[in-house]
Amino acid sequence: MRRFSWFNATSLTLGFAFLYLPMVILVIYSFNASKLVTVWAGFSTRWYGELIRNEEFLDAAWVTLKVAFFSSTLATILGTMAAYVLVRAGRFSGRTLFSGMIYAPLVMPEVITGLSLLLLFIGIGLDRGVLTIVLAHTTFSMCYVSVVVSSRLTSFDRSLEEAALDLGCSPFDAFRLVTLPIIAPAVISGWLLAFTLSLDDLVIASFTTGPSATTLPIKIFSAVRLGVSPEINALSTIMIGIVTVGVITASLISKRAAVAQARDEQAAARTT
Amino acid sequence: MRRWVLIALPYAWLLALFLAPFIIVLKISLSDIALARPPYMPQLDFGAGLAGLREFFAALDFENFWFLTTDDLYWKAYLSSLQIAVVSTFLTLLVGYPIAYGMARSAQEWRPTLLMLVILPFWTSFLIRVYAWMGILSTEGLLNQFLIGLGLVSDPLTILNTNTAVYIGIVYTYLPFMILPIYAALEKMDESLLEAAEDLGCSKFSAFWLVTIPLSRNGIIAGCFLVFIPAIGEFVIPSLLGGSDTLMIGKVLWEEFFSNRDWPVASAVAVVLLLILIVPIVLFQRNEQKAREAEG
Repeated sequence: MRRFSWFNATSLTLGFAFLYLPMVILVIYSFNASKLVTVWAGFSTRWYGELIRNEEFLDAAWVTLKVAFFSSTLATILGTMAAYVLVRAGRFSGRTLFSGMIYAPLVMPEVITGLSLLLLFIGIGLDRGVLTIVLAHTTFSMCYVSVVVSSRLTSFDRSLEEAALDLGCSPFDAFRLVTLPIIAPAVISGWLLAFTLSLDDLVIASFTTGPSATTLPIKIFSAVRLGVSPEINALSTIMIGIVTVGVITASLISKRAAVAQARDEQAAARTT
Repeated sequence: MRRWVLIALPYAWLLALFLAPFIIVLKISLSDIALARPPYMPQLDFGAGLAGLREFFAALDFENFWFLTTDDLYWKAYLSSLQIAVVSTFLTLLVGYPIAYGMARSAQEWRPTLLMLVILPFWTSFLIRVYAWMGILSTEGLLNQFLIGLGLVSDPLTILNTNTAVYIGIVYTYLPFMILPIYAALEKMDESLLEAAEDLGCSKFSAFWLVTIPLSRNGIIAGCFLVFIPAIGEFVIPSLLGGSDTLMIGKVLWEEFFSNRDWPVASAVAVVLLLILIVPIVLFQRNEQKAREAEG
C-alpha cells in the first residue's frame, strides 16, 4: 500500500485545476445573459440562439467539416501507405529523403508550411479555396498518420503476413485480410488525429484559402482578435462538448476491445 | 498492389507538396519585390530555355537577407522569440514536472484516467484554449476581479497584451507535451532505487535530486524540445494574448506577408527561421535515438 503524499495530491489538484479551470469558466460564461462577458447577469441560452441563426458561422462550420473529412481520409490512405513503405519496403533509393519528408512536417512551424504551400499554389495557378486547404491539410496530417500507423506496424508479428503469403494469398490480399485488421485501431486513431488537426488549424488554412472558403478557426480568430465575444463562448462550449464526448467514448471502446482481446487470448491459450 | 506504386504515391505527394514549396520559398527569398502580381521578380520562364535559366540565376541575390540584418526589427524579433521560447519552456518544466511526478506516483488504477485528463485538452481546439485566457486576464477579467475581491491589489493589473500573458498562454497550451514524456520516464523508474538511496543515508530531497531527476533526464529533455521547438514559431498566442510590443518571428512573418505584401522578405524570414530551428531539431532527434538505443 502506497503512503498518501500531500505533495503529490496538491500538485495533481493544482495542475488539473490549471488545465481545466479556464475551459470551465469559458463554458459557464457562455450561459451568461449579459453582453458584457465578464459580468454575470443570470443564466440564459441567448447566445446559442444567436449562434444558430448566424449564417456565416454555419457556412464556416460546413466548410470546415468538409475539409476535415476529405483531408483526413486522404491523409489516412497516404499515411498508411507511407508507414507501410517505411516499415516493410526495405531499402530503396531515396529512402532517407522519404523518411525525412515524413518527419519534417511534424516539427515545421505552421507559418512556414502555410507560406510555402501558398507560394506553390500561386506558382502553379491553382485557385485557392476548399481544394487547396484539403491539399495542404492532407500533406501535414498524413505525416502524423504515418507515425501512428508505423509504430503499430513495427510491433506486430510479421510471420502472420508470411503465413498468409505461403498459403497462397496475393500480397494485396495478405494486406487486406491479415495486416489491415490488425493495424485497424491505429489507422482509426490516425484518421481521428488527422480530422482533429484539420478542424483546429488556423494558420495553414489562413495562408492557403481564398475568398471563397472561410473555415471556422479563421472566423473565430477574426471575431476574437478585438476581444471576447459571448457568441464565440457558446461556439467554444459546443466544440469542447463534442471533443469531450468523443474522447471518452473512444477510450471506453478501446478499453472494451482490450478486455475482449485479453479474453480471446486466454481462450486460445486454453485450447492449445 | 505493386511495390513501386506503394512507394511512388506518397513519395510523389510529399515531393510535390512538401519539398517543392520549400524550393519555391528559397527561390523567392532570393528574388526582388515587384509591384505586379505575383509581387516578386524574376519569374522562371521555361519558354526561354537555357538562356532564360542563366538569366534567372543571374538575377538572384542575397539582398533580402542583407535587408533582414539592416532593419533591427528582424533580429530583435528572432532574439525575443528565442527568449520567450526559452523562458516559457523553463516555466512549463516547473509546472509540468510536479504533475508528471504526482501521476507516476499515484495508485495504479488511477493512472489511465489521469493520463486521459492530460490528453483531453490536447484534442480541444488550440485556438479556443488560447481564447479562454482572454476573458480571464483582461483588465476587467476574472483574475483581476478575484484579486481585487481578496484585497490583494487595489487597481487592476494589466496582464493581457503583455509578454506575461504570452508566457501563460504557452505554458498552458504546451503543458501536455511536457507532462507526457516526463511521466513516461518516471513511470518506468524502479522505486526500490529510492529506498536504497534512503537506506544508504540520503535525505528524501537528495534522493530525489540524485536518483529521480537523472533517471527522468530523457523525459525532461524530450519535453523541453517538444515545447521549445513549436514555441519559437508560434503565431496564435502572441497575436491574441501579446501586445503590440510583443515581438515574435511567427507574427512578423504573418504581418510581412498579409499586411506589407512583401513576399521576398517574408520568404527570407522563413528561411532564417528554419535555419535557427535546425539545431534544436537535430539535437532532439539525437536525444530520441540515444534513448531508443539505451532501451533496446
